[in-house]
Amino acid sequence: MTVYSAPGTDGAIVNYESRYDHFIGGEYVPPAKGQYFANPSPVTGEDFCEVARGTAEDVEKALDAAHGAADAWGRTSTAERANILNKIADRMEANLEKLAVAECWENGKPVRETLAADIPLAIDHFRYFAGAIRAQEGTAGEIDDDTIAYHFHEPLGVVAQIIPWNFPILMAVWKLAPALAAGNAVVLKPAEQTPASIHYLVSLIADLIPPGVLNIVNGFGVEAGKPLASSNRVAKVAFTGETTTGRLIMQYASENLIPVTLELGGKSPNIFFEDVSRLDDDFYDKSLEGFSMFALNQGEVCTCPSRALIQQSIYPDFLAAGVKRVENLKQGNPLDTDTQVGAQASNDQLEKILSYLDIGRQEGAKALTGGGRADLGGNLSGGYYVQPTIFEGNNSMRIFQEEIFGPVVSVTSFADYADAIKIANDTLYGLGAGVWTRDINTAYRAGRAIKAGRVWTNSYHLYPAHAAFGGYKQSGIGRENHKMMLDHYQQTKNLLVSYSPKAMGFF
Amino acid sequence: MASRVDVTPAAADLMRQLRGQHGPLMFHQSGGCCDGSSPMCYLEGEFRTGQSDVLLESLKIDGVDEPITFWMSASQFELWKHTHLTVDVVRGRGAGFSLEAPEGVRFLIRSRLLTEQEIAELS
Repeated sequence: MTVYSAPGTDGAIVNYESRYDHFIGGEYVPPAKGQYFANPSPVTGEDFCEVARGTAEDVEKALDAAHGAADAWGRTSTAERANILNKIADRMEANLEKLAVAECWENGKPVRETLAADIPLAIDHFRYFAGAIRAQEGTAGEIDDDTIAYHFHEPLGVVAQIIPWNFPILMAVWKLAPALAAGNAVVLKPAEQTPASIHYLVSLIADLIPPGVLNIVNGFGVEAGKPLASSNRVAKVAFTGETTTGRLIMQYASENLIPVTLELGGKSPNIFFEDVSRLDDDFYDKSLEGFSMFALNQGEVCTCPSRALIQQSIYPDFLAAGVKRVENLKQGNPLDTDTQVGAQASNDQLEKILSYLDIGRQEGAKALTGGGRADLGGNLSGGYYVQPTIFEGNNSMRIFQEEIFGPVVSVTSFADYADAIKIANDTLYGLGAGVWTRDINTAYRAGRAIKAGRVWTNSYHLYPAHAAFGGYKQSGIGRENHKMMLDHYQQTKNLLVSYSPKAMGFF
Repeated sequence: MASRVDVTPAAADLMRQLRGQHGPLMFHQSGGCCDGSSPMCYLEGEFRTGQSDVLLESLKIDGVDEPITFWMSASQFELWKHTHLTVDVVRGRGAGFSLEAPEGVRFLIRSRLLTEQEIAELS
């Protein structure tokens, strides 16, 4: 067990600056209007740094820098870009523990997750796209004996990326790695809830990236995000967030006739077929862990398995075992490596979760464990903690239909396979799902029948590079986490070449 | 007459303030992840509503000349229509492009079940 010292205190392995400006053209640039906003840690609720409050003027400056750098960056060899991505990964790996503590302190998530998942995945993501871009090839199509259609990949130019707060570094890297690999210059806006950890990352890697290729403008959505997303100087907007803002970004993009990729969340079903209980073995234990996965990252994951569907024949026993498993989760100081459940990322997130616990009860759902705010005492009392909560109810309740983004699972039963698929697909969203069974036919058929972009089968919450991630239905447009993502950041150039010296004979 | 959406005094205060700072306002209730399930406040007309949206209420706020519209996507409304919504405000960072975020506060929805009588009046 290790308890890391909080950044800014004695013994801390990592410290934040007291203030962060925008990162534009390879240097730190104060906001045009001179304003800053305070950045609190969800661990204690206390401010730990201040961050530039960007406006349209700052966005324009970042776009100037990006446009100044884009052409040269786009012409670098894939080997050169891949080498830079690999060097970024190496630098991150050498500072893994510091990055993990920095992100933990800003987001409130347990440091064991940032040490074991967020940062290692981010490192691997740069390496994956370094490899993918080296291996990418164009095509040559032989139309006829004289005519060849060559296809080349070309970068889009300058792209805008708007990053969520639930994985401040990993989600930034999911977008950055393919965009940079494909040869684009980027203007990135971090979430205002988690604006600083990306700057700690930049402090480690800034010397590796040509000035202007990566630009970061901080600030609020309406003041900085909107001018960026609506700019006619970007060739694409990538956004992770919610549906209304997703629609607004598409609306702006339609005005500029540019593409978007959107990841807008889900209400993911986690289905437990009766045969999981046939034996009390490792697999049964694994399926109970799978049930408990709703509490990972305090439920602040777009694919949180927040609806558990359990077959009626095993329902009472499986659920009882699940409740017991969840009651043993260790909630506490996120900086403690033994802590499994940490703090919600912000006060408004905490309040929203509590409002859902309220309407859940009003609709008649029964809290089998948890169901309220957790006061962890001492200086953690000011932090934003929610008890892992299991609600029992039915799929028409709002807690079954809306993404709570907290450590809350809503449980119901199903009669048979057809009933399971019907309930699973009775949702506006289709991002993730889980299927647990010992029967390969059931696993395959359920996986194909669920209308979601990712169906974890006898697993959950794995996010390796090279497994495509993205949504059906209202969960969004496009995919991340796979080499196909390069297409989202590239134009296709077709050279249609005639090798015939003869006139076509039309004129 | 029953209503679908009410506002708390604190939320009404904030709406008056934002109206004064920016101009006529509208709300669109979001769904999905991160800052989803939150009411987003925009300048009236900033968010383009269409056939896939439902106007739940035109809120009358003392001191604001024009009604403030409150919208939701029709598919989401199907799942919410049995509940009454109250727009409240809490301390927070917000996100999305909602107008109040720079003020250090965030609009929040509190919900209760509509009574049978209210449902009858509203249908």
